[in-house]
Amino acid sequence: MNAIAPEAEGEIADVIAEAHAHATPLALVGNETKSNAMLRPVQAAATLTLRNHAGISLYAPKELIIAARAGTPLAEIEAAVAAEGQQIIAEPPDLSALLGGAGQQTLGGIVACNLSGPRRITAGAMRDHVMGVRAVNGTGEVIHSGGRVLKNVTGLDLCKLLSGSYGTLAALTEITLKVLPASEAVGTVVLAGLEAERGVAALAAALGSPFGISGAAWLPREAAARVPELAAFDAAVTLARIEDFIPSVAYRTERLRAEWAGFGAAAILEDAPSRALWRAVRDTAPLGHASGDAIWRVSVAPSAGPRIVAAVARLGGNCFLDWGGGLVWVAAPARAENHAAITHAARASRGVWWLMRAPDALRASLDVVPEEAPALARITRRVKEAFDPQGILNPGRLFAGL
Amino acid sequence: MIELPPPKPETLAARPRLIAGLRALVPEDGVIAEALCLKPYETDGLAAYRQVPLAVVLPETTEQVAAVLRFCHENGVRVVPRGAGTSLSGGALPLADAVVVGLMRMNRILDINYADRYAVVQAGVTNIGITDAVRERGFFYAPDPSSQLACMIGGNVNMNSGGAHCLKYGVTANNLLGLRIVTIAGEILEIGGTHLDAAGYDWLGLLTGSEGQLAIVTEITVRILRGPEGARAMLAAFRANEVAGACVDAIIASGIIPVALEFMDRPAIHACEAFAHAGYPLDAEAMLIIEVEGSAAEQDDLLGRIRAICERFDPISLKVSQSAEESAAIWKGRKGAFGAVGRISPDYLCMDGTIPTSRLPEVLRRIGEMSESYGLKVANIFHAGDGNLHPLIMFDANDPESFHSAETFGADILKLCVEVGGCLTGEHGVGVEKRDLMPVQFNARELDQQRRIKTAFDPDWLLNTAKVFPLKPDIAHAA
Ligand SMILES: Cc1cc2nc3c(=O)[nH]c(=O)nc-3n(C[C@H](O)[C@H](O)[C@H](O)COP(=O)(O)OP(=O)(O)OC[C@H]3O[C@@H](n4cnc5c(N)ncnc54)[C@H](O)[C@@H]3O)c2cc1C
Repeated sequence: MNAIAPEAEGEIADVIAEAHAHATPLALVGNETKSNAMLRPVQAAATLTLRNHAGISLYAPKELIIAARAGTPLAEIEAAVAAEGQQIIAEPPDLSALLGGAGQQTLGGIVACNLSGPRRITAGAMRDHVMGVRAVNGTGEVIHSGGRVLKNVTGLDLCKLLSGSYGTLAALTEITLKVLPASEAVGTVVLAGLEAERGVAALAAALGSPFGISGAAWLPREAAARVPELAAFDAAVTLARIEDFIPSVAYRTERLRAEWAGFGAAAILEDAPSRALWRAVRDTAPLGHASGDAIWRVSVAPSAGPRIVAAVARLGGNCFLDWGGGLVWVAAPARAENHAAITHAARASRGVWWLMRAPDALRASLDVVPEEAPALARITRRVKEAFDPQGILNPGRLFAGL
Repeated sequence: MIELPPPKPETLAARPRLIAGLRALVPEDGVIAEALCLKPYETDGLAAYRQVPLAVVLPETTEQVAAVLRFCHENGVRVVPRGAGTSLSGGALPLADAVVVGLMRMNRILDINYADRYAVVQAGVTNIGITDAVRERGFFYAPDPSSQLACMIGGNVNMNSGGAHCLKYGVTANNLLGLRIVTIAGEILEIGGTHLDAAGYDWLGLLTGSEGQLAIVTEITVRILRGPEGARAMLAAFRANEVAGACVDAIIASGIIPVALEFMDRPAIHACEAFAHAGYPLDAEAMLIIEVEGSAAEQDDLLGRIRAICERFDPISLKVSQSAEESAAIWKGRKGAFGAVGRISPDYLCMDGTIPTSRLPEVLRRIGEMSESYGLKVANIFHAGDGNLHPLIMFDANDPESFHSAETFGADILKLCVEVGGCLTGEHGVGVEKRDLMPVQFNARELDQQRRIKTAFDPDWLLNTAKVFPLKPDIAHAA
């Protein structure tokens, strides 16, 4: 395949304008850490990679704002903000181990997929902290939305629309994120031995407490065994994280332990093991999977998480719960009937799914995200046309024929 | 004065038939058509603009909203959605040929789920109504606009409203899970649900802050949060705007994000003190109200850290509240700010730009210069943590010249906000007020991109016409 890797935004715009003029489909990629695994495969004559359009363009720590070009490796941004004692709020995951990509994931890729980590439960998703974007639409026009300030309601919010649009509406070229100070300390309260239903009830109690929980996960025994800091429990674990100043973490973990007394005797993990284990949860390390497995991500109301767990168990698959039970990571043999069972369970709980990894043939033949109701699907099509009238940007990535 | 599009003569001519048609769609008293009864709907929080609508319809169910919109769509009638009508940008201003669809009768709370921490409410529930419904369990709905006793959640969604506590908890967009909407064609759509991340395009994000341009929102699923153990405020007063600004930077740099961090300049301090007798220091040039949350010990710890930072900036006074009552006293002046300014000057424009926080001293200096040259007083209130500036420009509505100057002064301030890297509006929306300033922030391509999205939802441009987008081209669009 023909790969084009421009450095300047103007060149990106030229490539897209040219493709628009000739109605030539383009596959948009960053470093291809996700594009070869997630959602539907894109059929395109040429690949446009944003990898070379890179670099941090603005960082104002006092204003809690960082802007970078889309091809900037996320790790570079994480390092830059860490040097100022700050962090990316939504704690985006590094799924390279799961999805098998070799390169470093880019800022554009993580925003285009709107992927968030455990902190999502309290601090919002990646899309919540995208304050500004520059992008090239499907006719080659450079557009911007939002800005470099923390609050902005001027006009329609294209920052949110383009976040999580998987490169099907525009090529993101520059993204401005809100960042926040990183917490001084992290602590985790752990309950061992609870089944999913009871574990999620404990998480609901924690999230309904005044103690500011910033991570709430449940791991079955096999999943916990894959995380070194949790293996010693030799049981399913229910985990609640607190991030704050040192005295607050000490106080709140104790208070939560007391609050959880009815669920069992909880242990408290200190700063270092806490950081390691939440990184593992973030990156889906607890999810055991064989090379022939497909991976799904399911989003439901937290109390419905255990129902998905039960459905996965019937397939003999693996899974674990994050976001208080509301995010289910699933691995099971890559077969259409497994997809049907998992999506049926998600739909029955009024939830949604993303097929995150599967062989191309399977990805091309399945509803990788839920189909929209006909009236909404018509709006999707019209909005797609409003950005990309020739349908050249990542055709078919999200929905067949779009 | 901002121009409104000429009414469609065919709509005006068909008024009796249209009103009869609408009466068939909603309960008997749900259509208002008598001149006297229409009067209360002629304006919103931007009271300088007034226009009596063709009619007002007050549906009670989503299905009735759908029937009304379908009817208006079939008859090419413009529609202005309305919540409580507290918009400060004229977002709910009627048009002479438009039907106002008021959501105030859809005021029921449909479901509260503490285990999954959400509430499903109709669009006409007031902002405070949600918190009131969950307070007994220690929960609250986080975004808290100062108008929260009156404004409705449907209006909040459409303006993406913020409040004093959004520094920690985010604005409306960050606190929603799902919407039920009705398109202009009368289709009822479910957006999102009770889960956190939605698949497909981010319709929830796009619809939030869309100012009634895309659809009418009838039901909203909001996140509800458990409140903190407690909260306490402190007040710090400084000799110069620059100094207070530097102190804000130092607090953020220390890693503390207070729940609220409000800045008032000298005129605002004086106005509020005269009104609320909150004990504000009248010799200060700038004052901060800082609030923290947590247990009593955590509050002490955080307030101690913040106090130590403030002391590095040679404060005129520092007052750390020792009780809920003292905190309330500190907040009293700030919360009454609009009323306070209203006492000094019966008429004022409340502006709402955002700026990079580092530019605050410069922006305040230049606003001061403009105030001199326009001969109009201004008081500045600033959500310091997130750069959202509210200059209150005082004028005399009985003097057209004074109103005109106030509008031009306001526009100059917003242009200044964009010039220093900020935006035209942080939380009040574009509405009719800032519509013609949109080209200051967006070029023609960008405006057209937004217009095409509007067209995707509302092909005939019937929903809230003449707001948000500069007039001329959007009329061309509809043609
Ligand atoms: C004293 C005062 C203080 C204020 N303080 C704040 C503040 O602190 N923060 C802040 O952000 N704002 C503030 N505001 C502005 C205002 O209260 C908000 O914009 C509020 O969200 C408007 O809600 P509403 O119900 O009054 O909506 P309306 O004014 O009736 O409508 C607002 C806009 O939304 C549209 N709309 C309303 N309901 C719907 C619906 N169901 N579906 C589709 N479109 C709809 C309208 O067409 C209009 O464009 C203040 C206003 C006043 C008067």
